[in-house]
Amino acid sequence: MFTEQEHSEISALIKRYEKPQAALLPVLWRIQEKNGWIDQRGMEEAAKICGVEKSHVLGVVSFYTMYFEKPMGKHHIQVCTNVSCMLRGGEKIYDTMKQNLGIGHLERTEDGMFSLEEVECMGACGGAPMMAVGEIFFEKISGEEAVSVISQIRSSGNVPMPKLTVQLPELTNV
Amino acid sequence: MKLILPDIPNLRDIDVYIKNGGYGEIMRKAFSMKPEEVTDEVKRSGLRGRGGAAFPTGLKWTFMPKGNERKKFLLINGDESEPGSFKDRQIFEFNPHQMIEGILLASYAMQVNHAYVYIRGEYAHWFRMIEKAVADAYSKGLIGEKMKENFKPNGGGVAYSVDITVHKGAGAYIVGEESALMNSLEGQRGYPRIKPPFPANFGLWGYPTTINNVETIANIPPILKMGADAYSKIGEPKHPGTLLLGVSGHVNRPGVYEVPSGTLLTDMIYNYAQGVTGNKKIKMVIPGGSSMPPLRGDALEGVKMDAESLKAAGSSIGTGGIMVMDEDTDIVKVLQRISKFYWHESCGQCTPCREGTGWMLKVLKRINAGEGSTADVALLEDVAKNIEGRTICALGEAAAWPVKFTIQRFPEEFEAKVSSDRPHREVNKVHSLRKGGLEPVQIHVPMVERK
Repeated sequence: MFTEQEHSEISALIKRYEKPQAALLPVLWRIQEKNGWIDQRGMEEAAKICGVEKSHVLGVVSFYTMYFEKPMGKHHIQVCTNVSCMLRGGEKIYDTMKQNLGIGHLERTEDGMFSLEEVECMGACGGAPMMAVGEIFFEKISGEEAVSVISQIRSSGNVPMPKLTVQLPELTNV
Repeated sequence: MKLILPDIPNLRDIDVYIKNGGYGEIMRKAFSMKPEEVTDEVKRSGLRGRGGAAFPTGLKWTFMPKGNERKKFLLINGDESEPGSFKDRQIFEFNPHQMIEGILLASYAMQVNHAYVYIRGEYAHWFRMIEKAVADAYSKGLIGEKMKENFKPNGGGVAYSVDITVHKGAGAYIVGEESALMNSLEGQRGYPRIKPPFPANFGLWGYPTTINNVETIANIPPILKMGADAYSKIGEPKHPGTLLLGVSGHVNRPGVYEVPSGTLLTDMIYNYAQGVTGNKKIKMVIPGGSSMPPLRGDALEGVKMDAESLKAAGSSIGTGGIMVMDEDTDIVKVLQRISKFYWHESCGQCTPCREGTGWMLKVLKRINAGEGSTADVALLEDVAKNIEGRTICALGEAAAWPVKFTIQRFPEEFEAKVSSDRPHREVNKVHSLRKGGLEPVQIHVPMVERK
């Protein structure tokens, strides 16, 4: 599964911990980045590299929400509906996305381009409501803007840069 | 006064950070002191942890065994997952090197030779930023073996070095609990551990470990720079320093603000966050992230943002995530969303939390659907009471407190949604499923008198 180069990177990584098992989360991340999700073969590989039972790997994969146990879309769309986002219309954004993509929670579009997830707080409460495409946060987003992000990805294949990144308000009177 | 997030453009760049005095005078000064003296300075500053419990940081450090017989570790908690809390992210983005310098100083004080920074998986973007910041510091010889040459102790002491490894999580709120954090770093499911043994004796891989929050550790360089006495005079004496407070919800300018501790809550809302959207009245404020007891909108006058003042006001500083809700907010719906979160995030180890969070969510759904009876409110209180204090970690309290205190402080919101005409629901499905001769068991739900 991994190239020689990647194997040597992983060995270097393992050395940074007291036990190889600690490299399990990073190794699983690498597998997911390569394959898009973590399949049986990936779990076997991770178990071998980290010196743990495959059942342990399954336990870990199923515990953490960000590891996918089934194929997901090329672009994974996450919409937060937790309190701060809910107060500012996060649920509407999620409904809009459900309609626009024609899929529900943890489902994938037929062309494999998109998958959708209703997520818990992603730490963007100051930019609520928010939507994430892969690891890019779109904050203070409206329904129309969310739809426009999707259509831009559909037409160009690339994720547009968000208008807003983290906002640190300027203060003068502290 | 801004100690953590000063207005210096491009401070995240290592050269800019060094130009502004970073990795310099303070480190040389600290490394010429004895490790215990550094800890003592932090202790005298009165710094308290910024991760939720507000535990005195210097005192925590003294729990670590002295000497170098056993390996020791420092673990930085950057798993920031509490709804309403988004402050550590600002440090990752705007001042990562101050956190790294804080790690070097703290590691020296405790004579730790390897520190880990655990960053939540959702912050993948910011994880990369920290990875880069650490790599930059390594290449300049500020972390690792080369430290021994770059920071030679002038008093003839032993040369010191520490390594830093950045580690990415994969999505689990519970990992923010310190013992779950250690298990997660070790490559296990994020299950909290039973204490004792405490981390300072038996932490990562069984070695002494100290766990500090990102914001806490970013406070160390300013403390050593200005001295403990000056730092202890900032803000409230019992919880000194500046705090990063995140304001979100129904306000005109949500965001993270660095203010001296003890700043008025109303000042945060009306001055910094520029008031409530649409000039509406406030119905509820959660002052420290979603697990903390909510305050009524008519009880905000004079409430100050620091651990002791909020405790006196009947809540807690938590992670400093202020969530503001206006007069039109459906409080029971908000509580249902909060309860859904803790149900989703319960790790499943302890029965009261695993089952109770689901029960509370179910009952709240029923009430919000207009099918709740008066007994349901008492049932909620009863379930919450049976979770609180009966679990390994504080997620039990985090799930129970919002329910308990929202009912206590907003009884009218619930009364408007339930009716005494509706029959008692069969509370325990397990009993009702039993067939063949057994009488259906009616669960007794104690009614609590409310003022």
